[in-house]
Amino acid sequence: MDATALLLSRLQFAFTISFHIIFPSFTIGLAAWLTILEALYLATGRPAYRVVFEFWLKIFGVAFGLGVVSGIVMAFQFGTNWDVLARRSGPIQGVLLSYETFTAFFLEASFFGILVFGRPRVPPWFYLFSTAMVALGTTLSAFWIMVDNSWMQAPVGYAIENGESVPADWPKIIFSPVLWVRFPHMLLASCITGAFCVAATGAWYLLSRKFHAEAQIMLRMGLGLAAALVPVQLFFGHLNGGYVVHYQPAKMAAIEARWHDQKPASEVLLAWSDERNQRNLFAITLPPPFGSLIDSDSLTAGEVGMNSIPLQDRPPMIIPFFAFRIMVGCGLVMLLLAWVGSYRNVKGSIEQGRLLLRAIFLSFPLPFIAILTGWFTADVGRQPWTVYGVLRTADSVTPFLTTRAATISLIVFCAVYTFIFAFGVFYIYQLLRAGPEGSLVRAPAAAVPNRPMSVVDEPVTVSSLRVGEGE
Amino acid sequence: MVQFWVFVLAVSILFYVLLDGFDLGVGILFGFTLNEQRRREMLAAVAPLWDGNETWLIVAGVVLWGAFPVVYATLFSALYLPLLVMLAGLILRGVAFEYRNKTERMRWIWDLSFAGGSSVAAFIQGLMVGALVEGLPISNGQYAGGEFGWLSPFSLLCGVGLCLGYTLLGACWLVRKCADEVRDSAYRLIPSLSIGLLVFLILVFAYALVESLRIMSRWLERPYLFVFPAVGIVAAIVLAASVRQRRDGWPYYMVVLIFAAAFGTLAISFWPYMIPFTRGRRGAAFESGLHVLGRGSVRLPAHARLHRGQLQRL
Repeated sequence: MDATALLLSRLQFAFTISFHIIFPSFTIGLAAWLTILEALYLATGRPAYRVVFEFWLKIFGVAFGLGVVSGIVMAFQFGTNWDVLARRSGPIQGVLLSYETFTAFFLEASFFGILVFGRPRVPPWFYLFSTAMVALGTTLSAFWIMVDNSWMQAPVGYAIENGESVPADWPKIIFSPVLWVRFPHMLLASCITGAFCVAATGAWYLLSRKFHAEAQIMLRMGLGLAAALVPVQLFFGHLNGGYVVHYQPAKMAAIEARWHDQKPASEVLLAWSDERNQRNLFAITLPPPFGSLIDSDSLTAGEVGMNSIPLQDRPPMIIPFFAFRIMVGCGLVMLLLAWVGSYRNVKGSIEQGRLLLRAIFLSFPLPFIAILTGWFTADVGRQPWTVYGVLRTADSVTPFLTTRAATISLIVFCAVYTFIFAFGVFYIYQLLRAGPEGSLVRAPAAAVPNRPMSVVDEPVTVSSLRVGEGE
Repeated sequence: MVQFWVFVLAVSILFYVLLDGFDLGVGILFGFTLNEQRRREMLAAVAPLWDGNETWLIVAGVVLWGAFPVVYATLFSALYLPLLVMLAGLILRGVAFEYRNKTERMRWIWDLSFAGGSSVAAFIQGLMVGALVEGLPISNGQYAGGEFGWLSPFSLLCGVGLCLGYTLLGACWLVRKCADEVRDSAYRLIPSLSIGLLVFLILVFAYALVESLRIMSRWLERPYLFVFPAVGIVAAIVLAASVRQRRDGWPYYMVVLIFAAAFGTLAISFWPYMIPFTRGRRGAAFESGLHVLGRGSVRLPAHARLHRGQLQRL
């Protein structure tokens, strides 16, 4: 095995999966919100809901497309770069991903077509149903991915036969306690991401004094949803700590920069650890029993330090430590913004607070940063294992992969992803700037009559639905 | 259980070929017209369907992984570079659907990536099938052919062949979905594409005879196999008639039938091997290292990924 090829494969996996997760985490929440909007529109008949729906559907389309294409890569990458992992865990991981495609992708793909092209052709209730099915599809997809990743974090319900992990107890895998704290954590993260992106857009329009009615809907619903969900999310985040303490003490020691066993334990707030000499060079620490309280909900519990973990089983410390703190920091800032913003919304004074609006506008990267750093914490902290305690990362890689091939693929993925990401962000920015009314390009010549599916770039006509000035 | 997974896998590969085949084919044809109105109509004929179609590729990939992990790992790591290129092609053509209508000035970039990405993806898929049919060098259950072990005149030929096949599917799809000029020019292409495909099939068949008589002996052992080419020939005749009479709905289904017949031919001529007889001059038997569903059964109970372009074998 080639050490450089291993490192390059790890970088490539980290890069491609980080890129990929950005889009599903946005679209999962957005799909649920679109369903609510469509239901509200059907219930109230208020045109503004429809305008907001059509507008966000366009943005959903771009993000969904990027999610689809970057997701295909994932289905192949386990085989190309992680030959040994693929052989050994296929009967579990491959099967879980098969369930994902059957339950989730087909729902998404079929009903998304109806969302984009079917409005004039299906009855309103069916359109709403299609929206809900897209949302269900994205949620199911998240579910199976979390089952898969949770199994890698804390493998249960398997047996080893001829070196392969084979499923021995599917219910145990699917009802793993680890999964049932992690799946809500990811789902909430996605909803909060959607909520903040919507609220930030609303704040932007209010700041630039346009699309007033739509902006109010976006800001009110986005902030309201976030205000309700962020505290729940913090709670689930705390529950996640519980599984880490129980199943992966090494990861917890890394997250807490804790070198020595302590009972009760102190809590390191900020530190720079020196992994070579197994100490913290600088640390701001809360005294015991804060560490035990945070990690184990106890005043007296003992916590494991990194020095108790055999050298070959230790994850790196710096990345999980800082990634975790950045994630929590983003969460707290979002909580503050959501609560203050919702409070001012209720008081009806949000539009006067331009500073607050500006802060909300600029907050849209926070949920993405929180999701990425959360995953860095989980998966860098899982090292040096791919399947925790079962298969090491170093043993998972394709044995005959050459440095040259791995370099080429990493460069190609970086180039292609940078290219499509740059344009994707640019087009989403243009769509946002054009606003609910705008259309980026001229209306095409009339679509071919009597030929369904010939309206691909016919801009959604919403001018007739434009909200009146008085609203 | 194994039979079930083989069935699922075979169906998802066939569906992928038939469905993404036409939208990749439309992508290839897209590169040959510069007229914006026509391009728009061609794109509209596949835009609502492409992501559903491509989902079958993911299905095939992950079912292969779940049911036959060793085959998945061996093939995908062996085809490292071609898969990379195919994925890049699929990514670039996929985003083009969303991106090209967002801009006018830079539309050429996405037109290029749509046509180019579709062509490259189709070519590589054919190439991989060709490499598989020819046999990848394997020793001790591991791929042993180096970075370019899949490259051969035969695999390149299969790449071109699948491009032809997909383009034919795409043209028939346009006949079905579009009107006026787009339909008419698609009609004009069908005869030459069909003849091109036929020439290709003859070449491949001749090569197969020269290179690997084992396939021929299977045919003699299993005479019922001749049903499939017979179906293919009937479909080809109906295709010709429907093009002559301009029955818009028919050509696509006839080409589907031809593809399916070829697929069936292949599936049965290789059964029960998943990866065809390996290239004698290069390496040990492949199947010995393979396990199925972790049960350690050694004989590989299927033909799996290969058949896509082997269609040609008809």
